Amino acid sequence: MTDLSAQPGPALVSPAQSIYVTSPAMKRRNAAETRFRAYGLVAIALSLTMLALMLVTIFRDGTSSFFQARLGYPVELSEKVLDPKGNRNRDEMAKVTTVGYGKVLAAGLMAELERQKIDLGGLKPKEVAELISKDAAGSLRAMVLADPALIGSTIDASVFAAGRIDGYLKGRVTLESAKLDSNISPEQLHLADRMRAAGLLGSGWNWEFFTNPDASDQRPEAAGLGVALLGSLYLMILVAVMCVPVGVAASIYLEEFAPKNTLTDAIEVNVSNLAAVPSIVYGILGLSIFINVLGLPQSSSLVGALVISLMTLPTIIIATRASIRAVPPSIRDAALGVGASKMQTVFHHVLPLAMPGILTGTILGLAAGLGQSAPLLLIGMVAFVDNHPSVPVEGFLDPATALPVQIYTWVTRSDPAFVERSNGAIIVLLAFLVTMNLLAILLRRKFERRW
Amino acid sequence: MSFFKLSASTVAILAASTVIASARDQIQVTGSSTVLPYATIVAEAFGENFDFPSPVVEGGGSGAGRKKLCEGVGETTVDIANSSSRISKSDLELCATNGVAEVMEVRIGYDGIVFASDVAGADFAFTPSDIYGALAAKVAKDGALVDNAAATWADVNASLPAQDILALIPGTKHGTREVFDVKVIEAGCKATGALDLFLATAEGADDKEKEKAAKAMCLELRTDGKSVDIDGDYTETLARLDADKKAVGVFGLSFYQNNTDKLKVATIDGIVPATETIASGDYPVSRPLYFYVKKAHIGVIPGLKEYIEFFVSDEMAGPDGPLAEYGLVSDPELAKTQAEVAAETPMGPLE
Repeated sequence: MTDLSAQPGPALVSPAQSIYVTSPAMKRRNAAETRFRAYGLVAIALSLTMLALMLVTIFRDGTSSFFQARLGYPVELSEKVLDPKGNRNRDEMAKVTTVGYGKVLAAGLMAELERQKIDLGGLKPKEVAELISKDAAGSLRAMVLADPALIGSTIDASVFAAGRIDGYLKGRVTLESAKLDSNISPEQLHLADRMRAAGLLGSGWNWEFFTNPDASDQRPEAAGLGVALLGSLYLMILVAVMCVPVGVAASIYLEEFAPKNTLTDAIEVNVSNLAAVPSIVYGILGLSIFINVLGLPQSSSLVGALVISLMTLPTIIIATRASIRAVPPSIRDAALGVGASKMQTVFHHVLPLAMPGILTGTILGLAAGLGQSAPLLLIGMVAFVDNHPSVPVEGFLDPATALPVQIYTWVTRSDPAFVERSNGAIIVLLAFLVTMNLLAILLRRKFERRW
Repeated sequence: MSFFKLSASTVAILAASTVIASARDQIQVTGSSTVLPYATIVAEAFGENFDFPSPVVEGGGSGAGRKKLCEGVGETTVDIANSSSRISKSDLELCATNGVAEVMEVRIGYDGIVFASDVAGADFAFTPSDIYGALAAKVAKDGALVDNAAATWADVNASLPAQDILALIPGTKHGTREVFDVKVIEAGCKATGALDLFLATAEGADDKEKEKAAKAMCLELRTDGKSVDIDGDYTETLARLDADKKAVGVFGLSFYQNNTDKLKVATIDGIVPATETIASGDYPVSRPLYFYVKKAHIGVIPGLKEYIEFFVSDEMAGPDGPLAEYGLVSDPELAKTQAEVAAETPMGPLE
């Protein structure tokens, strides 16, 4: 110590300048840092703007699909039209098609307009009937066939208004556009205004958007997400059931038991490679193996789930292995030290500690699978499916679609009303994904342990 | 480890139930995206009015649909392929090798292809020659073939508006492109005299091959960005047209009829496209629409026969039916088709 203080070496020579006085080098370094921060801010601002733009457009165009224009008026279910023989025999009543029921609905509307003395504005009865959704006749027919006692009575019908009327109430269709539109005339819109004033036409919350199946191009107002939501739910259940046990078992073996040799290295590399394979490839695999060789039913959620499982497995394995590896070796050593077997160590100590990571990885993998549509294209799930799949387990074999698929099919439809529907479906899908991601974060927060 | 047991038993039940669930009870339809809306309208009405479940209808393209139809016979193969062009010899050969012996051909009606521009823009009255003159790579000028230099429609035909040429045409994977090529470009090629000039330079062993080569040269379109292939659906064409109001797009008649508030239709040879002018054959750019049924599945898949009979019935495909309302041009010979369907007549060999 004394030697040192007696002979101060060159290293301890006080700096030529104080660090409070900026040298050119220091200036450069400071400038570089300021620039770097600015770049970061710009990057974040840019991505936030993009996100905001996307969300704003989607919500602007899509929220209206949760509301729906409806006509409410009394309809007389005349026996003469609906059950000409008068014997309430279901098979004979089934001969009356939706055309007959459409006439009953139209006649009811005309009668109500006359009763309330609403001016038709020179419209013919056929043009007035065009205000009623084409879907209404089918719903009424199903209702009457299920309960023939309704015949002869007068019921208070609440039916969808036609898509263009719905668009008028939402501001998508205007008197200007109606002049050029071959599907609606300004006179019909004026009549709609008068009916609205009389309380025959109104807008309300649209539960059917969540329960109805898809509808054809002629009745966008009746199209709903029922089949797609059920399909996505079935997919998620099946993918979770198939992926989690396989994925966790594979990762535990690879991480804790497998000998470190070339074979395990090769497997490891290939698992990472599989995670990067484009999803459409799994669709091709699904078509050729599950449908053509194993003969599983086309368009079913089971085949869809098998395909998405293949796709999600590598992600789950990678996440699970990472969280198993994050468990400190001291835990294993302690367990082994008090005489636990290797398997007891893994299942009693390592796995519970790794669980939050495994759950997060799995939920994120499932969420990615939920957003997939490309692999479903080849196995026939990108389709028009009009019947809800039945209750599991048979329901897993029924044809179904999925949320992203429904968005895609609606975007390609010619009627502009479907644009609103697909934006509404995007909102529902986003809500699903946000919920799943939130769940992942909450689970991690709840179970996370720090060492 | 109850979760493992639970999932293991679920997988086992699934495996068992796939064996039990033998008979498919809904019809599977695939094919042309042009026929798709019509097929969904029929499928929906079928589900409403019959005690069978609604058929599952897929799009994906005519060619792909016909290939799927010809994959074989059995529960896992499709029953019906929609098609916007006629089945080809190679398709039928594929069918035969895979054991699909008898295929029924059902013509459901006609579909018009229209040229349309922004509703606020100029009026267009085209002839096939105008379209050829504007879009072809080489055009006839003073008896010689020269590179197409037309910049505005008025350069091609003085009676057209002096608006920059920009045409949005269907990509080559679409069935619509085939009709566009044959009925518009080839017709225009012939009418402007370019075909004769191509014939003079064409190489080939005999006249037939020379003609084929010349026609192929006709179909070469300019690549300087004035003719744009749209590989997506008509909704994409509409979006592009919305972004560039000067463009002229090619649409199906039904798509145009659903968007008359945004689009203005052009006449061809002075004829306005409409269901009447297409049915009468006056409007030149139209094509028949078909679907093909695997005859071996009739009687096996419940409701198949009822579905095809319902499809071609007067209440659906007739001139006052919902399909005509949506834009399908009703087939004047519908009664003949109905009789063929009722008798389950398979199609004969292609000529």
